Amino acid sequence: MEFLQSIDWMLLLRCFIVGGLICVVGQILIDKTKLTSARILVLFVTIGAILGGLGIYKYLIEFAGAGATVPLLGFGANLAKGAIQEVQNIGLLGAFIGGVKAAAGGIAAAIFFGYIASLLAKPKIKKQ
Amino acid sequence: MENNPLETKQEYSKYVDKKSPNSPILKNCFNAFWVGGLICSIGQIILFYCKYKGLDETSSATIVSIILIGISALLTSLNIFNKIGKFAGAGSLIPITGFANSIVSPAIEYKSEGYVMGVGGKMFTVAGPVLVFGISTSVIIGIIAAFF
Repeated sequence: MEFLQSIDWMLLLRCFIVGGLICVVGQILIDKTKLTSARILVLFVTIGAILGGLGIYKYLIEFAGAGATVPLLGFGANLAKGAIQEVQNIGLLGAFIGGVKAAAGGIAAAIFFGYIASLLAKPKIKKQ
Repeated sequence: MENNPLETKQEYSKYVDKKSPNSPILKNCFNAFWVGGLICSIGQIILFYCKYKGLDETSSATIVSIILIGISALLTSLNIFNKIGKFAGAGSLIPITGFANSIVSPAIEYKSEGYVMGVGGKMFTVAGPVLVFGISTSVIIGIIAAFF
């Protein structure tokens, strides 16, 4: 139960609120515009990358933790952060390496689990 | 159903707007809020646990992504993610779970078209554009950072 004592409950609350609010922005886009979900995801990742590149997003991560990193905005910001860090380490070449390197774990996991799921799960018959 | 002659596109789109159930936006936003918040909180608790175990920031964040992606892959294959998605809308779409679902769901769905072009190809119908724009933006940002 030492673990429970190590939890920062205020951070968890901020995480819940910020994460929820980011999703509300997405929900408003779904309900009020005719954007498809693919476009909304692209929009969130791109905006996240720009905010990350400008160095703004890290303040939201400090404030809300996973509330900022788990939404796709955080995925974009992570790509940008990786690119910038790698550029600082190895120069221009890093621009092409850093982004994917930082996101590699998530991308590989999604592809691998997707492949495994396709082996194990049966496609459902579409009802439309 | 009455038969309405609808001549122009505008009239048709008005007709559709009138006939389609007006989505109760407040209720949708509320559901998106608490489900999205909850998913992020699960991530935060995993993050706390990784830190408690003494892992560094970057590895912890990657582990959070992998676990959330794994959970949503499992829920997608059990056909549960669909139901959550219908209820929560953007609440499950915007977190990394939506990205995972966008890869896993077509992978299962297009299995009948074969493993190479069905599973391997269709996997990226939504995730492809996300990666193209995300990665391209990061390369541009990296190049800008290299010169300034």
